[in-house]
Amino acid sequence: MLTIDKLTKVYKTGDKALTDVSFTVPKGQVVGLIGPSGAGKSTLIRCVNRLVEPTEGTVRLNDLDITRLRAGELRRARRRIGMIFQEYALVERLTVMENVLSGRLGYVPFWRSFTRRFPGEDIAKAFRLLDRVGLSAHADKRADALSGGQRQRVGIARALEQDPELLLVDEPTASLDPKTSRQIMRLIVEICRESGLPAIINIHDVVLAQQFADRIIGLQAGRVVFDGPAKGLTEAVLTQIYGEEDWTAMRQAAAEDEAAEAEQRDEAMKMMRAL
Amino acid sequence: MTETAAPVSPGPYPTRWKRPPQMIKSRFWRYALAIGALVWLVLALGTIEVNWQRVMVGMERGQRFIAGFLQPDFTTRWRDISTGLIESLTMTLTSTVVGVLVSIPIGIGAARNVAPGWIYAICRGIIAVSRALQEIIVAIFFVALFGFGAFAGFLTLTFATIGFIGKLLAEDIEDIDESQAEAIRATGASWFQLINYAIQPQVMPRLIGLSLYRLDINFRESAVIGIVGAGGIGATLNTALNRYEYDSAGAVLLIIIAIVMISEYSSGYLRRWVQ
Repeated sequence: MLTIDKLTKVYKTGDKALTDVSFTVPKGQVVGLIGPSGAGKSTLIRCVNRLVEPTEGTVRLNDLDITRLRAGELRRARRRIGMIFQEYALVERLTVMENVLSGRLGYVPFWRSFTRRFPGEDIAKAFRLLDRVGLSAHADKRADALSGGQRQRVGIARALEQDPELLLVDEPTASLDPKTSRQIMRLIVEICRESGLPAIINIHDVVLAQQFADRIIGLQAGRVVFDGPAKGLTEAVLTQIYGEEDWTAMRQAAAEDEAAEAEQRDEAMKMMRAL
Repeated sequence: MTETAAPVSPGPYPTRWKRPPQMIKSRFWRYALAIGALVWLVLALGTIEVNWQRVMVGMERGQRFIAGFLQPDFTTRWRDISTGLIESLTMTLTSTVVGVLVSIPIGIGAARNVAPGWIYAICRGIIAVSRALQEIIVAIFFVALFGFGAFAGFLTLTFATIGFIGKLLAEDIEDIDESQAEAIRATGASWFQLINYAIQPQVMPRLIGLSLYRLDINFRESAVIGIVGAGGIGATLNTALNRYEYDSAGAVLLIIIAIVMISEYSSGYLRRWVQ
């Protein structure tokens, strides 16, 4: 369980990125964090594993107060928080396998990681995860040889290799096409359901958020302006978060996209049967 | 289709356009500065004293030199040349290897994004000292300390390599894709693991390229510092010139040019290969 209490972040420049943000994420819940660019979504999830130092407030993972930890303890806490990034953030010149195994860095001594001699169970786990995300054939390829969707799958496998108790996901679909975006979101949510893993997913695509998240938190200028089930996201609320926009048209376009995708799938099935 | 009204045109558009002055807005100062610079150049040229008799003598010597260069004599002084050459090559290789090995930790320490403030200051200081002192001055100093010969040359080139590789490596580390480092940090990796997994893969090809480049700089420098007594092919060249043996000097110069060209082409090939 993750508890965020009165979290405030003021950058050195004086910009107030977050103001009094409080919420709790119970085990197994997938939270979609929505809001316009600059609302503080990225800052918020980076405050959870302290890639960004919060100015005030506390973040608790189960019973551990992350905001009070010193360097060594913080590293141990970060091992249990998996993170998936916008633009994948894979180390491009390393192989897919090395990228997945880098999820174990917090658990192994330096010499093991330096010589790439990870314990057998870590390697087995990495192969299992690559198989789970459908990339077992690509283990020895360099990360920059993969396509966007494949790279994000490697990013997911790396985060899961950590054995996380919490998943932080930062705009996982920002540079993917609509179809791949839905596949990636589906994969993340499925995995969370399988192991009861709580997740916070930053996502600017409202329709995707509604489709896949159990609960939506809306940020506007660093404040929580909506917190509730995906169904509660009415036009009035969206207008409050994003300003005036034709929400009905947006939903319709997304629905059409998905219908086309489903049709394609049916066609493919028919063809398979015909063969 | 609804037609939007075009903005009312304010009459015919101009057919001429001149690039506005970028640096100095005032026309007076533009001309004043240009004329001032010209006057200064003329006055400065006027103060150079040229002794035409010396120029004639110099031309004559130059002719003898070119004649020697056209008929290089490799055989008469071959023993001196080969000893000097082997000394230079030894000096070049050892100083590059040692210099690069020493400059890696210094370069990492001099990168602001991975080193704490006080280490950064120390490493930048070392680099600044190494770069401020020209090779010949350093060579004179080391020759005074350790006597004539290749050891002084080895120390000089090692010292110069540290400044060169250290600075460029530090700048390369500061230019890395920060998101890859952030992803590795988020797994709970230690500082050494961060360097090994996120920094090294990103800077390695360039480090290899720079080392190969420094290898051929060091060879050329070894010829220069030999003149002030730091051993190698430079010492041989100096002796030949002092004895007015321009044919042997020509042979030495041709050998230097050949070796520099070989290393230039092979390092270019290797750099493409490590990308």
